Amino acid sequence: MEKKMNWFVTVLIAIGALFILFPLYMAISIALKTPEELANSVLGLPTGWHVENFAKAIKATNFFQAFKNSAYITVTTVVLTILTNSMVAYAIARNMHRKFFKFLYYYFVSALFIPFPIIMLPIVKQTSAFGMTNPSGLVFLYVVYGIAFNIFIYVGYIRSIPKELEEAAIVDGCSTWGVFWRIIFPLMAPINATVGILTCLWAWNDFLLPLIVLNDQSHMTLPLVQYVFQSEFGTDYNLAFASYLMALSPMIIVYLFAQKWIIGGVTRGAIK
Amino acid sequence: MRKENMVVSKRFFAIPVSVKKPKNIAIYLMTIPAVLLFATFHTFPAMQGIFYSFTNWDGLSLTYDFVGWKNYYYLFQDENVLHSYLFTFKFALVSTVLVNVLSLAIALGLNEKIKFKNFFRAVYFLPNILSVLIVGYIFNYLFANVLPLVGEKLGIDVLSTNILGNEKWAWVGIVIVAVWQACAFNTILYLAGLQTVPSELYEASSLDGASKWQNFWHITFPMIAPFFTINMVLAMKNFLMVFDQVVALTGGGPGRATQSISLLIYSGGFQGGEFAYQSANSVIYFIVIMVISIAQIKFLQKREVDM
Repeated sequence: MEKKMNWFVTVLIAIGALFILFPLYMAISIALKTPEELANSVLGLPTGWHVENFAKAIKATNFFQAFKNSAYITVTTVVLTILTNSMVAYAIARNMHRKFFKFLYYYFVSALFIPFPIIMLPIVKQTSAFGMTNPSGLVFLYVVYGIAFNIFIYVGYIRSIPKELEEAAIVDGCSTWGVFWRIIFPLMAPINATVGILTCLWAWNDFLLPLIVLNDQSHMTLPLVQYVFQSEFGTDYNLAFASYLMALSPMIIVYLFAQKWIIGGVTRGAIK
Repeated sequence: MRKENMVVSKRFFAIPVSVKKPKNIAIYLMTIPAVLLFATFHTFPAMQGIFYSFTNWDGLSLTYDFVGWKNYYYLFQDENVLHSYLFTFKFALVSTVLVNVLSLAIALGLNEKIKFKNFFRAVYFLPNILSVLIVGYIFNYLFANVLPLVGEKLGIDVLSTNILGNEKWAWVGIVIVAVWQACAFNTILYLAGLQTVPSELYEASSLDGASKWQNFWHITFPMIAPFFTINMVLAMKNFLMVFDQVVALTGGGPGRATQSISLLIYSGGFQGGEFAYQSANSVIYFIVIMVISIAQIKFLQKREVDM
C-alpha cells in the first residue's frame, strides 16, 4: 500500500524549520551589514558584502589563534579519547566476571550522576597546582572525564562482538595487546565514530571547563573568546555577529558535509 | 559417547584459561592508569568539595577552620540560594515538558511521508552542533532588538521591551533558547524511536477503524515509551545544570532573577570568596540531582511496564 505524500505536514514542518533557520539568517545578515544598514532595517537582507566586519573581528578577537587552540584541543581530545577509552573499555568488558573489573565498570558509570559544579571549585586549585592551565591540560581533562560516559557505550558494544575471534587469536599466540589492537579495535569502527563525534561536539563547543581552567588569553578557545570580548564588542553588533558567525562556521561546514554521518553517530550513542 | 565429549570439551576450554593467566597483567595495565587518573581528577576533587564544605575557606587564604555543619545551616536560610533553586527548577520543569512535547510533534511530522524529508531532518538537528553560548548571544540580540519590534506591531505590551530586562519574564527568554536548541537532539531520538514501531500495527488498527489520535495513544506512545524515558531523564538533568544560556542571555539578572544553581556556585565560589560555602551548596545540588534522576528513572520505567 503506497502512502500518499502528506502536503499538510510538509507545510507545518517547513514553518517549524523557519524558526530554526531564522536566528541563523539574522546572524549571517547582521554580520554582513554596516551599522547604518542595520539601523535602517533590522530584518532586511544586506545590500552588499561587507567583509570588513570579518576583517575587524579577526583582528579584535585574534580569531586565528583561538581557532588554532580550539582545533588543537578538539582533534587531540578526539584521537586520544578513542585510543585510550576504547582500550580501558575492552579490558573491562571482557573481564566483567572478575570482581575488580565489575567494580571499575560501576565506578566509572556512577560518576555520570555527579554534577560538574561539585568538582568545579577544587579542580581549579588542582589544575593550577599541576601547571595544567593550558590547552594540553584541558585535553587531558576531557580525555579523563570522557571515560565515564564512553565506558558505558563502549562496553555495551564490545559485549556484542563474539569472543570466538579473540580465542582463536590467543590460541595462535597473540598477546592481549595484539588481540585488542589488531582484532577488536578495527571491529569497533562504528562505535569509535560515535564516540569521536560526541567528543568532538563536546570539546569544540564547551564553555565552562575552558572558562575555569584557562587563564592566558593566547590559550583561549572560540566560545571563550566570544565571552571575553563581550565588553569590547559593545554595541557594535556587526562586529560581534561577524565574530559569532566565524566561531560557528567551522562546525557548520563540517555538518554540511557529514550531516548524515553525524546524526547517525549521535543517535547510536543515545540509544545504547 | 556423551561422557567422552564432555571430557574433551572441558579440556579444550581448560587449556586457554590456564595459558591466559600469566598474561593477565595486560588487562591491568590497560585499566589501572585510567582508574588512577580518573580518581585523581574526578573522585578526589569531588571528595575535596565535600571536605571543604565543612570548613570556612574563602579559596585564597592559607588557613581555614572547621565549622561543622554551619555552611549547610546557613544555606537553608539563604534567600539567594533558595531563589536559585526555585528558578532552576521552574526553568528545568517547563523546558523539559516543552522540549518533549515539541520534539515528539516534530518527530511525528518528520516520520510522515513528506517532501524534502532528509533536508528537514538536517535542519532540525542543526542547533545540536552549535555552541550554546554563541546561540545565546545571537538570541540575546533578537530579544533586545527584534522581538520588541514584533511586540509593538502586534500591540503586546510585555513584548514591546526587552524581556530579558524584565524581572518577571527574563526566565521565559532562557526557556525559549534552551528549548530551541535542545529540541534538535530529542527530535532525532524520538524519530529513531518511531522507526522501531512496526507498520503492521497501524495497518491492523486502521482495519479496526481507529482514529489517528487513538493510534497515537494506543500504539505509538506505548511503543516509544523507552525513548520517552531517556529523553525526559536526559533533558531534565541537562536543564538542571543550566549555565551557558544564562551567562549569554542575562548573566543571572536582572538582579538575581535568573541566577541558576551552577551560576551561583561559580560566581560565589570564584568571585565571591565563598569557596567553602558554595562547596556545601554543590553537595546539596549533587544530592538533589541524584535523587531526581533515580526517582525519574524508577517512575518512568514503572510506567513503561504498566503500558
